[in-house]
Amino acid sequence: MKSLKALQHALSDSQYQLDVLEHSEGQKAFFDALKEIGLYPLQPAAFEIFQVNVGKMCNQTCKHCHVDAGPDRKEIMSRDTMSECLGILRDHPEFETVDLTGGAPEMNPNFRWFVEEIKKLDRKIIVRCNLTIIVANKKYHDLPDFFKSNQVEVVSSLPFYSKSRTDRQRGDGVFEDSIQALQMLNAVGYGTENSGLLLNLVYNPSGAFLPADQSQLEQDFKSALFKDFGVMFNHLFTITNMPISRYLEFLLVSGNYEHYMQKLISAFNPAAAKNVMCRNTLSIGWDGFIYDCDFNQMLDLKVESPVVHIRNFNKEALIHRNIVIGQHCFGCTAGSGSSCGGATV
Amino acid sequence: MSQHYYFNEDLAKFGNIGDFQKPLADKFFSWYGEVFKDGALSAKEKSLIALAVAHAVQCPYCIDAYSADAFEKGFDEAQMMEAVHVAAAIRGGASLVHGVQMMNKVNEISM
Repeated sequence: MKSLKALQHALSDSQYQLDVLEHSEGQKAFFDALKEIGLYPLQPAAFEIFQVNVGKMCNQTCKHCHVDAGPDRKEIMSRDTMSECLGILRDHPEFETVDLTGGAPEMNPNFRWFVEEIKKLDRKIIVRCNLTIIVANKKYHDLPDFFKSNQVEVVSSLPFYSKSRTDRQRGDGVFEDSIQALQMLNAVGYGTENSGLLLNLVYNPSGAFLPADQSQLEQDFKSALFKDFGVMFNHLFTITNMPISRYLEFLLVSGNYEHYMQKLISAFNPAAAKNVMCRNTLSIGWDGFIYDCDFNQMLDLKVESPVVHIRNFNKEALIHRNIVIGQHCFGCTAGSGSSCGGATV
Repeated sequence: MSQHYYFNEDLAKFGNIGDFQKPLADKFFSWYGEVFKDGALSAKEKSLIALAVAHAVQCPYCIDAYSADAFEKGFDEAQMMEAVHVAAAIRGGASLVHGVQMMNKVNEISM
């Protein structure tokens, strides 16, 4: 499967996506929902998480991917841009966590160097690993050891604990490769009791519906994965699929778009709105531009600030900005809320 | 023009039954909401029961609603189809067990 960009699909254009999202008739506007609860304009609360998208290159082309990542995507962060990120981290210890995402971040040739340099700055490091990269090629087989030696928290996508539902979303063979990778991570201590090595799984609904209760699903995943494969992990994060990019394409083609948006809007939860991740996170793109979150990044909605690139980083200017919002933000505020760390309420 | 007795968009209008008899509708929806909360059974278990019953009572609206709900709550296709078989088995058994009544009657009137 190719990326939308490689297919020259209309939805590979972020402006086209915004046109679809922002001009749907009869939909309540997200800013009205925020106004009703006194949260408009939405502003940051603090800086805690520095999320870096090190590139769109990936060994998978998942049907729901909001990045439109894939093997044909060549956009990756350069070592120079990573060095600029390290400079910001050095000067701003309030960014306690560095969250590395992609694509498959491990495919960036400077990935390991970047992780080791962040480790020297004594920050908590999260790597969003798609699991299959660990078994995709011999050169990645030692990733579990590398993660362990840098005390990286591994956050891994696994759509479901059954093969059919996982492979439908992520591609044939993904489930078996993912299980093998999870076993390799368990073998070095990840997800096992008292190891201190955190292995958290991410569940995205495999269709046009919202995630179920996070704690119930976590129990289901834990018992099924342990019973069938002896796999252990720490927590399950449920993440709502954003109506962006390939998932937006699925919604439109399958005729689910309007119903899904209505579902998100009906499930608007003020408590989730207060806890949206863009209030404590900055998201850095592969080319150094700054965004409020990874979703805004994929829609090319840069921060509303005089500072839009890390080369001009200025904390004061950024902390006093208004966060850029749109209809897609209903995805983070529906039901129990959704963030890169799972449910928010 | 095609005519139907069922329209899927009517499911979203279920709440409108209160337009004609609000106090009773309010009582029903309040009770209904309580029934499907976590209790001695989990909300997830109740969803699968509802899916099976929806097939037993052959309610297209309920089948739509609880197919989506059960799938969303984390049941897979095989589990959901087994639930439908349970409903079918009870329906089939309910007919067959009356065969005993038939046999009783035949025996009663036979020489």
